[in-house]
Amino acid sequence: MTRRHDVKHYPGLGPLVALFFVYLYAPLAIVVIYSFNANRIVGVWTGFSLEWYASALNNRALMNALKTSLTVAGVATVVATTIALLAALAIIRGRNVRFRKLSETVVNLPLLLPEIVLAVASLIFFSLIGLQNGMMKLIIAHSAFCTPFAFLPIRARLQGMSLDFEEASADLYASRWTTFRRVTLPLIFPGVFSGAMLAFLISMDDFITSNLLSTGGTTTLPVYIFSLIRSGTSPELNAIGTLLIVASLILATVALAVAARGARNND
Amino acid sequence: MNEAKAVEVRSVSKSFGTYQALRSVSFDIGANEFFTMLGPSGCGKTTLLRMLAGFETPDSGSIRLHGREVLDLPPHRRRVNTVFQNYALFPHMTLEQNVAFGLENLGWDRARIRARVGEMLERVHMETMARRRPGQLSGGQRQRVALARALAPDPEVLLLDEPLSALDLKLRQAMRDELRKLQRDSGITFVFVTHDQEEALDMSDRIAVLGAGEVQQIGSPTEIYEEPANRFVADFVGETNFFDVEVLETVAGQATVRTPFGLVITAPETGVAGRRRATLSVRPEKVNLGDQAQGVTMQGQVVNKNYMGGYTHYTLDIGGIELRASRRNASREGDAIAAGETVNVGFAPLSARVLAS
Ligand SMILES: Nc1ncnc2c1ncn2[C@@H]1O[C@H](COP(=O)(O)OP(=O)(O)O)[C@@H](O)[C@H]1O
Ligand SMILES: [Mg+2]
Repeated sequence: MTRRHDVKHYPGLGPLVALFFVYLYAPLAIVVIYSFNANRIVGVWTGFSLEWYASALNNRALMNALKTSLTVAGVATVVATTIALLAALAIIRGRNVRFRKLSETVVNLPLLLPEIVLAVASLIFFSLIGLQNGMMKLIIAHSAFCTPFAFLPIRARLQGMSLDFEEASADLYASRWTTFRRVTLPLIFPGVFSGAMLAFLISMDDFITSNLLSTGGTTTLPVYIFSLIRSGTSPELNAIGTLLIVASLILATVALAVAARGARNND
Repeated sequence: MNEAKAVEVRSVSKSFGTYQALRSVSFDIGANEFFTMLGPSGCGKTTLLRMLAGFETPDSGSIRLHGREVLDLPPHRRRVNTVFQNYALFPHMTLEQNVAFGLENLGWDRARIRARVGEMLERVHMETMARRRPGQLSGGQRQRVALARALAPDPEVLLLDEPLSALDLKLRQAMRDELRKLQRDSGITFVFVTHDQEEALDMSDRIAVLGAGEVQQIGSPTEIYEEPANRFVADFVGETNFFDVEVLETVAGQATVRTPFGLVITAPETGVAGRRRATLSVRPEKVNLGDQAQGVTMQGQVVNKNYMGGYTHYTLDIGGIELRASRRNASREGDAIAAGETVNVGFAPLSARVLAS
């Protein structure tokens, strides 16, 4: 009976799924394939070449943009994850938290607002306080909008973790700090890691805020790529795209491995 | 030594919202005692235990451990360890690390910790698995490790919250003996919580029966079973027959009552003085049948018979009133009374109790 209602037995499901995956991955496949094309024109295959990779890796402006992005994302990840972790601990584990629901909403609010609003608000805020340093502006803005992304998995993990372990720890003479360091943090680590990963990806991926805040010396990777497109597509873009896809896959694999290890440890 | 009080609970009350979980609970626990809190689920046993450990605070009243007021001490400053109902072993640590955890927090040096961890794991027969993690253990094994972890720091009081309820029957019986032995060997005060009366009777030096957030009776297992203080205790601990009776006279702890069978008997009473109605409690195994019927004797018809192997339970009809009796099958003939037969039924008045209704 459950068999008949199983979605796997609906007619036409197979072809539909296939179509969906083609729709999803065909553009990516094209980018990857043509990044190895010797010809400058996308769509005309003339032979295999690594030329565009060489030119991408030798592009000083590109490498600078990458460096800016990595720096901003790295610092923003650390800041956002720390804030998110503290917020989650206070909201989920704190005693007598009066505005638990409200506090959570405040932390998550940036998820609900259109990013352009936040970006403009940041811009106005920075000019009001007279902050000039482009890198600082990017880091502060990114830390802010990455925090809710880091918060969600940490909160989920903490909520799913039974209080018993922390009580057992206190029962065994551990101070609150020792309990956090030796019991809570190791047990919610997969959540913290996912949160950090999400924050990092969101920061790396950000265009709207970075574009609004970027100045001469502080162009992030997405902003730079966008500027390349404006001056016409080039196979170098395909190479950059492919490299980004590979980097993302590596990150995702590591994230999955960590999550799997966490699940094994906690059974 | 026996004079020393390990735990003193004084007039402790606790409400959760509008629900009053504990009403002015008081009791003392002596040093080296195996003390059991027995009561139905929801009567506040866990709440009391958590107050001793420091995870809950009473609304009023006081708690002393070895003479010292502890209400302002956080859990990690109380020399008390807990064996949690679900064990709460740290899943990310090996068994060794679990047992060492408390000792590290107490600042023991490494060599001493290593020796103690080895000794404790050996004592619970888990030394060969020291490097495993809790996830790889069976329920019984987790239980042993939880015990080793809680006993390792040599606490003043060990709290155990229904530690046997997650185990299967055979293992439970074996663990009872082992727990009792651990308590005797270590000389640590055990505060054991259970809803299983058999467990309580078997293991405890003294039992506190809790019901409806109040202490119903405190006493040795024999006192609790043979001299229940009220109807709740008689009902919760063991099987019994209850009869509404009319009180004719109470003198020196004995009540003379008119039973519904029409007989007038005199039996030990608790809290009946000055009342007109009371409850007579007669345990099934105190009721004798056939040739063995002595004391108060009547005629009854066997309406139902349940053969249990070692025992046979009979339900008798005595002039329209139901009475349950149980008989040990000491020989094959022990089970000879058949359903439908009319037999002599009797019990010694001294083994019955008259209780406030
Ligand atoms: N933190 C709490 N919040 C609300 N009610 C609680 C809480 N802890 C216990 N209770 C209630 O108090 C009563 C006693 O609980 P507990 O001490 O766990 O009983 P027991 O261990 O005897 O089964 C129960 O009715 C339970 O629902
Ligand atoms: Mg309980």
